[in-house]
Amino acid sequence: MILTLVGVSYGTLDSSARRARGVGADIMVRPPGSSILGLSTAPMTDKLLDFVAQQPDVAAVTGMAVQPLSGFGSITGVDLNSFSRMSGGFHFLAGGPFQADQDVIVDEYYAREKRLHVGDNLTLMNHQWRVAGVFESGKLARICVKLPVLQTLMGNPHRLSLIYVKADSSDHIQEVLNNLREKMKGYPIYTMEEFTSQLTVNSVGLLRNFIDVVIGVAVVVGFIVVFMGMYTAVLERTREIGILKAVGGSSGFILNLLVRETLLLSILGTIVGIGLTYGAKALLEATFPSSLTEEIVYSWWPISGGIAIAGSLLGVIVPAVKAVKQDVTEALSYE
Amino acid sequence: MSEEPLIHISNLYKTYHVGDVDVHALQGVDLDVQKGEFVSVVGASGSGKSTLFNVLGGLTSPTSGTAKIDGKDLAGLSNRERTELRKKKVGFVFQKYNLLPTLTAEDNIRIVQYIGDRGQTFSAEFKQVLSVLGIADRMKHKPRALSGGQQQRVAIARAIVNEPAILLADEPTGNLDSQNSLAVLELLKDLNERLGQTILMITHNDEAAAFASRKIRMLDGRVV
Repeated sequence: MILTLVGVSYGTLDSSARRARGVGADIMVRPPGSSILGLSTAPMTDKLLDFVAQQPDVAAVTGMAVQPLSGFGSITGVDLNSFSRMSGGFHFLAGGPFQADQDVIVDEYYAREKRLHVGDNLTLMNHQWRVAGVFESGKLARICVKLPVLQTLMGNPHRLSLIYVKADSSDHIQEVLNNLREKMKGYPIYTMEEFTSQLTVNSVGLLRNFIDVVIGVAVVVGFIVVFMGMYTAVLERTREIGILKAVGGSSGFILNLLVRETLLLSILGTIVGIGLTYGAKALLEATFPSSLTEEIVYSWWPISGGIAIAGSLLGVIVPAVKAVKQDVTEALSYE
Repeated sequence: MSEEPLIHISNLYKTYHVGDVDVHALQGVDLDVQKGEFVSVVGASGSGKSTLFNVLGGLTSPTSGTAKIDGKDLAGLSNRERTELRKKKVGFVFQKYNLLPTLTAEDNIRIVQYIGDRGQTFSAEFKQVLSVLGIADRMKHKPRALSGGQQQRVAIARAIVNEPAILLADEPTGNLDSQNSLAVLELLKDLNERLGQTILMITHNDEAAAFASRKIRMLDGRVV
């Protein structure tokens, strides 16, 4: 449970970072007052595009509007011409770019999850769309429509959520950044490197807290399960423990047996748990390929193993002590 | 000078406290058992046989009196000392066999050998004993795959693997049919005669008691 939840948290953020890198931009401009990671609608005027494009060392500029959808997704309004100049354009697996205003293009994972094909209809934001193309995942977003169409639907014509900037050379990124920060005071402006590095579990405070709570719940639940399991096991094996005591088994010997058994069980449980995360990953990829992405987070293997071992050892102490203190004659008469 | 008895019991009392009631299970037992003897203890239910078994086996401590095994007084022994007594001096055969169900017959014996600090390999002599007991070819089976008689023979092998000073058998034929009962009793007698194993067998059956070289009777917590 812990490994799967951590994997989903890491995986979802990492896939967002991969898509952001796929834009091909060097710098991102966000609306004033927005955080580096917070979703925004479209509060920036599109006149800024010309302003930014005229700055020295700027090779390409493109603006986006982003509208969050229910659940994990969002829909992105994109200007295909400027986006293609910056990123090289989408690689279509089926169909092609949107032609009409009601056209939408989706990435392969979203198409697979929703079983969409070119020509299918799709309802988003109470609006009927036609799937014009399915593109290879890893660029920008999962669902894209024409920028002006989305701006109108959002009630924010000529407004942008994001501006991506490409410098004419990687040596000039810092100069472009400094220049934009100087001239666009109040606008959060980051390099893409800064942005993607912030897409980590530790950078997203709410996610960090969420994971802490989940781990806490998992530890408590795991502890109770192990405690009750071991307690029941000791009760069921009262007679066996009595036999071992009758034949000269010391308290240390019996405790040793119980602890070793618990260690073995928790290690096996951890291995099975790790195996199950692969199963969960495959299941998520088959069921929700576009919304939930799970990564195998190897660094959490020893942590989750430690939690399992510590929880089970704590859980075995009380029944183990109870077992070794038990009167032999009572234990032997246990049915 | 006569030889010191292996078991020396003098004026032994054991009282259990059951709620507000005191149950006087042993009320001044006197008994000596010499090394190499096969003694049966008979008596009706509640006569104190099992309590005597528990005291001699170090499973419970006496209330007062003297109970010595091989010169060691059981009165006032700590838990650790009673564990050592069970490990080194006493072997048990129970009515319900009390084999560990998850282990094979061989492992049931080996674990007791391991607890007794005597390694994990059977000596040639012990393998001979297994043959005499007729279970040499059943060693890899778990208790559920063995008949009652076979389980009791495994229990006997387990009881003597560490060469204890005394073998305590509590109703060893209580769960067996007459044919298996006879076989087990003959085996106990054979072990006594062949190996000189001291045996104290508790039974309510006079026919079983007849296999012993000496029979004592208990009534109301005393030897009569």
